[in-house]
Amino acid sequence: MSPASVFVCLSLTLLSDYPVIRVKPDNSGVVTDGVKHSMNPFCEIAVEEAVKLKEKKFIKEVVAVSCGPTQVTETIRTALAMGCDRGIHVEVSGKDYEAMGPLQIAKIFAALAKKEEASLVILGKQAIDDDCNQTGQMTAALLDWPQGTFASEVTIDGEKVKVVREIDGGLETIKISMPAVLTADLRLNTPRYATLPNIMKAKKKKIANMKPADLGVDMVSRVEVLRVDEPPTRLAGVKVETVDDLVAKLKANGTI
Amino acid sequence: MFPASRYSIQAQRCIRALKTVQAEHAPPQHYTWRRNCSSAVMPRITSHYTIFPRDKDPRWEGVEMERFADEADVVIVGGGPAGLSAAIRLKQLAKEQEKELRVCLVEKASQIGAHTLSGACLEPSALNELFPDWKERGAPLNTPVTEDLFSILTEKYRIPVPMLPGLPMNNHGNYIVRLGHFVHWLGEQAEELGVEIYPGYAAAEVLFHEDGSVKGIATNDVGIAKDGSPKDVFERGMELHAKVTLFGEGCHGHLAKQLYRQFNLRENCEPQTYAIGLKELWVIDEKKWRPGRVEHSVGWPLNRNTYGGSFLYHLNEGEPLVALGFVVGLDYTNPYLSPFREFQRWKHHPFVAKTLEGGDRIAYGARALNEGGYQCLPKVTFPGGMLIGCSPGFMNVPKIKGTHTAMKSGMLAAEAIFPKVTAEDPASKTAGLHIPEYEDNLKKSWIWKELYAVRNIRPSFHNYFGLYGGMVYTGVFYWILRGKEPWTLKHAGLDSAQLKPAKECTPIEYPKPDGKLSFDLLSSVALSGTNHEGDQPPHLTLKDDSIPVANNLAIYDGPEQRFCPAGVYEYVPLETGEGMRLQINAQNCVHCKTCDIKDPSQNINWVVPEGSGGPAYNGL
Repeated sequence: MSPASVFVCLSLTLLSDYPVIRVKPDNSGVVTDGVKHSMNPFCEIAVEEAVKLKEKKFIKEVVAVSCGPTQVTETIRTALAMGCDRGIHVEVSGKDYEAMGPLQIAKIFAALAKKEEASLVILGKQAIDDDCNQTGQMTAALLDWPQGTFASEVTIDGEKVKVVREIDGGLETIKISMPAVLTADLRLNTPRYATLPNIMKAKKKKIANMKPADLGVDMVSRVEVLRVDEPPTRLAGVKVETVDDLVAKLKANGTI
Repeated sequence: MFPASRYSIQAQRCIRALKTVQAEHAPPQHYTWRRNCSSAVMPRITSHYTIFPRDKDPRWEGVEMERFADEADVVIVGGGPAGLSAAIRLKQLAKEQEKELRVCLVEKASQIGAHTLSGACLEPSALNELFPDWKERGAPLNTPVTEDLFSILTEKYRIPVPMLPGLPMNNHGNYIVRLGHFVHWLGEQAEELGVEIYPGYAAAEVLFHEDGSVKGIATNDVGIAKDGSPKDVFERGMELHAKVTLFGEGCHGHLAKQLYRQFNLRENCEPQTYAIGLKELWVIDEKKWRPGRVEHSVGWPLNRNTYGGSFLYHLNEGEPLVALGFVVGLDYTNPYLSPFREFQRWKHHPFVAKTLEGGDRIAYGARALNEGGYQCLPKVTFPGGMLIGCSPGFMNVPKIKGTHTAMKSGMLAAEAIFPKVTAEDPASKTAGLHIPEYEDNLKKSWIWKELYAVRNIRPSFHNYFGLYGGMVYTGVFYWILRGKEPWTLKHAGLDSAQLKPAKECTPIEYPKPDGKLSFDLLSSVALSGTNHEGDQPPHLTLKDDSIPVANNLAIYDGPEQRFCPAGVYEYVPLETGEGMRLQINAQNCVHCKTCDIKDPSQNINWVVPEGSGGPAYNGL
């Protein structure tokens, strides 16, 4: 029996690879105003996998979900342009958004997955701005569903899912029963471009709007950010001519 | 009288000689490392389809090249002040007259404002016309100008020049803005009015009707590999058809370049002359911060025959931020000149260093700007389209302001288009509407009067006394006569033809960057946030891959290594050991267009890369 719907849970991140990130003058966080935000690259891979599964007829419907302020709807539109059928925007803004962490997000996704009777929840393995790598695992635990994380290959086999996971020692293949949570790793696929005609068509697809309270989730955070600092500036290295010089310098600064 | 032109003739003879060597390009799939026209084994640089058409390329056989097409009433290329003002004005008129109008705007940057760079001192004249209630709408004009300083710098000292009212540089009534933020705000206003804005999609091709008029544009294809072959994720761009297409690509737009040739728009004007502007944002020590202060300088480190100068503006947006930068005219003659390094060493001048000491640099960028003014204005309307903003070039050079005229040109274009595009019967001879009323409106507007009045100031620098002659001319003729003198001076000709051969010039000794006030090129490029998809053909295309080493390096010692503000061009030794080759680091490009302008061989053709690539300026 083919699964009914697949949830792809998206994260809107600061595109921390390329723009210049500055710490706020009061060290409370980083400056986010005016910095380009877009879909987390691992979430793009997750969307691509879900759309591929739908194209192979393993699943009927792909729903893109994201939590955050209004900006997030653009990310959901991109997911819709890549092939998702509909979107859900869970509105979180202001102080709640700044305090929002993996646990709150996992609670929201878990509540939605139960409400919409999803068979698969696919997420990116981690967000590139905070590198937490926790949301997928927490969602699975809250739902008490099996999880296939760091997936580099996903195959649906009847009622089960075969997942090849990238682990430190190599590749691990596991079989888990559905409903399940998967998190996408880099080599799972190459995401397609969201082309302009698809962006235009996506404007007609539905994005439902709701608040965490509608799902019975409380957004209180148990984590408080005390301070954010820039990494220390790298000191210049010193070149020495001979091994004796090297030993002398190491002795002088107390290393040996 | 102009020694530069004597040498440029020699250079032109060289270029002509090289052009007669017609290179037979090896078919792409062989991918051999050999060019027929040179004896050295040179790796191939250019693989873009504008140089190697895909219909003759066997790797593209069978690839679906159909494009999805959509219709709008007006399509605007470029989400800068001109494009957005035109879009806003069209929608305002549509609302007033209760008519429906579909306006689509495409912009190559990933978000509106990300490729915008300017000083900038905004003259609010056009904004007051567009949105009289801009303050209530929250336009980010937070810093009215309070002080205006002008200096002539020598190596150690500063000669103050009084800023008399009536001089073009006087900034009373203007605002210091972060133009990227202002443009972003304009984008929000446009979206509220119903303009369809598509950032991240570059207009790569102009489409034509059968009768030769402009039909619209096509956005860039995606998913082409670095060697020019199709990837699995290859997708064709989309066609946007319109009754009129407005081209607001900014200074030296690549589609505008094609349109000039196609419609012969430059037959009655001088070739455009440009400058390169480099800019940084610094957070400085609070004690040195004077919000509202505008400082300009000329002189050191440039010699009197190289046009250029600096700006330093103190912003008032919460933290002690200054916007500073350096402009160098691209008609400079010494191929050893590096605008980037002139900028870096200018910061060490005692007058500048004292403001920056103890501060932190947080942003960097660069862009070419127009210097031609009135004499270089092309025809701006053609069947199916028109040119707006800095693309044709309405910058008031002595004021160093072009935003207000760009916005006004967009608004005038919209006002000329609106009746035609909403009329029941367009009554046009061509399928794409030709609307010459736009050009008439321009000539009757304050843009024309302003540009006419200052037309002689920039060309007045072409004399033996260079900078000082120009300043005398400005002081005498402009301040007293306001441009009413009956003559119109000419510029020196094409910027690319001004370089003297390297052997006739002295290399310039630039100081090493100290890491506190001045910096090296690559760390500056990192601050621009620029990036591009790596696996795509380099968008800095060469018409002939062999010319850089044979001409640019041999005669001019590779000036592109020095004028590119992003380190895109590097001459590196060949792997075989003998000789050099040009390496193009396309991912560094900040889309400034200087290379396309200044290349002495005019061999570099800048085309647009995959959309959303390029710098990530935040309020620059």
